Amino acid sequence: MAATDIDVKYVAHLARIGLTPDEEVKMSAHLAGILGYIEKLKELDVTGVEPTAHAVPMVNVLRPDVVRPSLAHEAAMSNAPAKANGLFLVPKIVE
Amino acid sequence: MEYEAVIGLETHVQLNTKSKMWCGCANAYGAAPNTQVCPVCLGLPGVLPVPNEEALRKTTLTGYLLNCEIPRFAKFDRKNYFYPDAPKNYQLTQYDKPTTANGFVEFEFQGGLARVRITRAHLEEDVGKSFHFDRNSGVDFNRAGVPLMEIVSEPDITSADMAYEYLNALKDILLYGGVSDCDMEKGMVRCDVNVSVRPVGTQELGAKIEIKNMNSFSGVRRALEYEIPRQIAVVKAGGKLIQSTRRWDDTTGITEEMRTKEHAHDYRYFPEPDMMPLAPTDEWLAEVRKLVVELPLARKQRFIREYSLPAPDAETFKNDVALGNYFEPLAKQSSNPKAVANWVINNLRAKLTELNEREKTEQSELGIEPADLQLTTLADLKFPPAALLELVGLVEAKTISNAAAQQVFAEMFATGKTPAAIVQEKGLAQVSDTGAIEKLCDEAIAASPGPVADYRAGKAAALNALKGYVMKLSKGKANPALAGEILERKLKG
Repeated sequence: MAATDIDVKYVAHLARIGLTPDEEVKMSAHLAGILGYIEKLKELDVTGVEPTAHAVPMVNVLRPDVVRPSLAHEAAMSNAPAKANGLFLVPKIVE
Repeated sequence: MEYEAVIGLETHVQLNTKSKMWCGCANAYGAAPNTQVCPVCLGLPGVLPVPNEEALRKTTLTGYLLNCEIPRFAKFDRKNYFYPDAPKNYQLTQYDKPTTANGFVEFEFQGGLARVRITRAHLEEDVGKSFHFDRNSGVDFNRAGVPLMEIVSEPDITSADMAYEYLNALKDILLYGGVSDCDMEKGMVRCDVNVSVRPVGTQELGAKIEIKNMNSFSGVRRALEYEIPRQIAVVKAGGKLIQSTRRWDDTTGITEEMRTKEHAHDYRYFPEPDMMPLAPTDEWLAEVRKLVVELPLARKQRFIREYSLPAPDAETFKNDVALGNYFEPLAKQSSNPKAVANWVINNLRAKLTELNEREKTEQSELGIEPADLQLTTLADLKFPPAALLELVGLVEAKTISNAAAQQVFAEMFATGKTPAAIVQEKGLAQVSDTGAIEKLCDEAIAASPGPVADYRAGKAAALNALKGYVMKLSKGKANPALAGEILERKLKG
């Protein structure tokens, strides 16, 4: 598999995105374009350059351990497609 | 061929911060479902998580307590997976740059010291709690985003018992450091177990079997007691083990394979773009270093060494930190720390437990909730610690007998009066007046023809009965050693 080939079906499954066969073809081309660009970046010599964890040169942005008000329960639940007993209802989780 | 087990543990511990990991929602157990939630911990679009400094501090402190290195660079990553209890569809964790790495835990095991290496202790977040109904599942996100520390061990554990002791040692250390309340009932400590078997003497690891989500240490031990022989039986019968995940069923006492989904482990980790990396400064680390406490094992060993205590006493003071803290300053001032330890453990602790039980009963009868019970602690005792030293001194100097000392202790515990005052008030000073004791001995001999005959017939133990009689006559005040001597002389003469 060339570096620019990508298993679109597999990646779509990992992201839980349903694609039609047409869309798979289209997405393959788009993603190949992006990966092609990454391939080009690989030509750069980065010997001795530390991998960047973040583009902004800033560290240790932290908050003090202070409790702040939470959302009102009704507000927190207001977008839930289904709810009962104060819980968000979801399709039954099978392990 | 003989086989051995190779075990590594991943232990998840909730940190006892006030607020959650990325937001200001309370980190508190037991609230009504979905009342400690906000846009950040519900994973609503557009929010920005900000790490809780205290959680980072507690993780770093744990690193020091577990003899880890603290790298000068760490970061958070997204672990992508879909599950209803993970509201963001990813868990924030530390993938390749954890906050601590390469440590070890030492603990007592089978009469010696065992050492288990620690791969890393990193910081991540807990997920919501699921409830299962007939047709649906329900999710409470109060727990989502609670700071969770994962402590990963190297596969240095070789038996179910060793895993159990390792977990207990780890829990003791976390409690000493004050980083977690480690309440198992509340699910504050959970464990994934990785276990494989291999022929003794070989180095290559067998297929790794993971037992997920154990919530008790005894469960881990029982699961391993089942799983290790199971794996050995499979390979001995010529079968082949494959890497898989199993679930422990505590009721039936067996492990069973979980349905494994294809590609389930492709988490596509990547650096969390919404958070800045961590680079602890010298000053910050120096502040955390100040929080380092003496480890439980070191404390036990020191108590044995410095106060000549037997191991079980030192173990008691290791497990009951408050009691040990009460004991130690007294031991330093006493010429007989062992006697002080006996009083603290056998008398003081027993009396306090008894009092606390009474308080619990009385207060629950008044309708007070278990969480609001007001129980007497070592800090509220009626007598000052020095009074206990005085009491030990009175026994040492033979001013009072052991039996009388018990009475004095009960009285000072109840009233707070000084031992000297109680001895005087109750006339408990030991009688070492030979004349007075001689008289009591004569009485005892006259009143106990049976034991006297026994003693003369060669039963040395019969002397104890006579000695007891003398003590009774003296109301516990006679010097027992002296009474014994006099009785012996009289009976032989």
